[in-house]
Amino acid sequence: MAEKSKMVEKESLIAENVNVFYGDNHVIKNVSIVMPENSITAFIGPSGCGKSTFLRLYNRMNDYIEGFRKDGSIIFNGKEIYSKDIQLEELRKKIGMVFQKPNPFPKTVYENIVYGLRIQGVKDKALLDEVVESTLKKVFLWGEVKDQLKKSALALSGGQQQRLCIARTLAVEPSILLMDEPTSALDPISTAKLEELVFELKKTLTVVIVTHNMQQAARISDKTAFFYMGELKEFSPTKQMFTNPKEEITQNYITGRFG
Amino acid sequence: MRKREKIIKVLLLACGVVSVLTTFGIIWILLSEASVFFKTVSIKEFLTSDQWTPLFADKHFGILPLLAGTVLTSGIAILVALPFGLTIAIYLNEYAPKQLRKVVKPMLEILAAVPTVVYGYFALTFVTPLMQTVLPSLSGFNALSPGIVMGIMIIPLISSLSEDALYAVPKSLREASYGMGATRFQTAFRVLVPAALSGITVSVLLAISRAMGETMIVAIAAGQQPRLTFDPTVPIETITTYIVQVSMGDVERGTIEYQTIFAAGLALFGLTFLLNNISFWIKKKFTRKYE
Ligand SMILES: Nc1ncnc2c1ncn2[C@@H]1O[C@H](COP(=O)(O)OP(=O)(O)O)[C@@H](O)[C@H]1O
Ligand SMILES: [Mg+2]
Repeated sequence: MAEKSKMVEKESLIAENVNVFYGDNHVIKNVSIVMPENSITAFIGPSGCGKSTFLRLYNRMNDYIEGFRKDGSIIFNGKEIYSKDIQLEELRKKIGMVFQKPNPFPKTVYENIVYGLRIQGVKDKALLDEVVESTLKKVFLWGEVKDQLKKSALALSGGQQQRLCIARTLAVEPSILLMDEPTSALDPISTAKLEELVFELKKTLTVVIVTHNMQQAARISDKTAFFYMGELKEFSPTKQMFTNPKEEITQNYITGRFG
Repeated sequence: MRKREKIIKVLLLACGVVSVLTTFGIIWILLSEASVFFKTVSIKEFLTSDQWTPLFADKHFGILPLLAGTVLTSGIAILVALPFGLTIAIYLNEYAPKQLRKVVKPMLEILAAVPTVVYGYFALTFVTPLMQTVLPSLSGFNALSPGIVMGIMIIPLISSLSEDALYAVPKSLREASYGMGATRFQTAFRVLVPAALSGITVSVLLAISRAMGETMIVAIAAGQQPRLTFDPTVPIETITTYIVQVSMGDVERGTIEYQTIFAAGLALFGLTFLLNNISFWIKKKFTRKYE
């Protein structure tokens, strides 16, 4: 237990005075936020307020966007992740991501799951098999697909594909899981399954989830961050945020007055 | 206004009809002339005899030597063009800055615009002597040099079409791969190339049919000796070269020698037609899969 809490502290994720620009467009304005470990944090806010941009800072996915520029610091494990000597590949193994639309590779279910291990050079068949089974079980997909491991992942339903994408990310054992509106392309039943799964995951990892759906944020998150026009307006325990928000603008947003 | 629209419509239709008619005209002439040829020569002789000597006293009409020449030179061409073309495509797509991509792609396409006669003499007077320094047994005319030079010529065909195919791979797959901690190299070879494989295959098939139809380079640098061999160091002849040789010589119309070119042409047409159809089929079958 003592060891565990030490580890958790070491894997903290801290953003300080972060600004992001796309060309001249100032999209994140001086945001500082500390992610609580082993919990679920939800990012909410109207569309275009910078939730995705902020989330993608953590695994440096914005690096590929033309005109992207940032200042301020983001510290993971005590290290600035935008410093020159950071190993991008290592960082992304530790901070996994699940995207808005399920994006399985056009490969078999099995090859999707082991992709992360294969690129790390793991060849041991027994180990790969074991990881496939255990991660598929973690995402409650094993029973549904255990007979279709050699079939194309594209043949799965949308909800199954999204859980497969989560399994694929979990296979490399990240300590943080970033999710950008992971249920926006799913039906209500798949969404419920996925929420249950996310809830389960927080036992072992830190989850940051962007959601457009306030009920979803209220249902699953421990803390909620409200973004508005590139600013972090409020960051509170979810219960408090939805019952007694500190800011008027938060109140207006969660009661559906705009957005 | 409506009248003008109508006229434009009719004109466009006419253009379409002309090109279709031309195609059918070509097929018709090939078939009708070749059918005269096949009254004298059996299809079996044409397909199985290992000699092609219609211009000699002792006549043999086996297409195999010409076919071998065509396949050999195109094969060498593709062996050269595929690695280079694909590497360039991956580089432009994954590594090169956008600006560079914009400049390099049209520049490469200039390669395809160089007159083939220039390539032909390049093969004969530069590549062959150069290869002879490492390969002394290489004849002055051979399949190797024109094959290599044709390969250079079709690089842009492969790089350009393959790059388009790679470009069409959804961004989400790229992000998935990077997000898993893959390098650019791993992403290119494990995700993008497999996902773009149908497009890449199509580019290769089109490049092969372009190489098979190429005439000038092989006419100049490969020699004109039909020979059933896959040895790239000796003189050979391709189907196209033979057709040129006969049509430019003083062979009389209506003779069997004259009709050979239609039989040979039909063989070439059949071959490229097949390749184009396969690529069309691949394109159709796989295009919508990875959306
Ligand atoms: N690839 C991009 N290039 C330029 N601007 C972008 C890009 N992606 C997002 N933006 C801009 O950044 C702002 C924040 O977008 P985003 O982070 O996607 O918001 P959210 O996820 O909250 O809807 C918006 O103004 C959007 O127009
Ligand atoms: Mg978004």
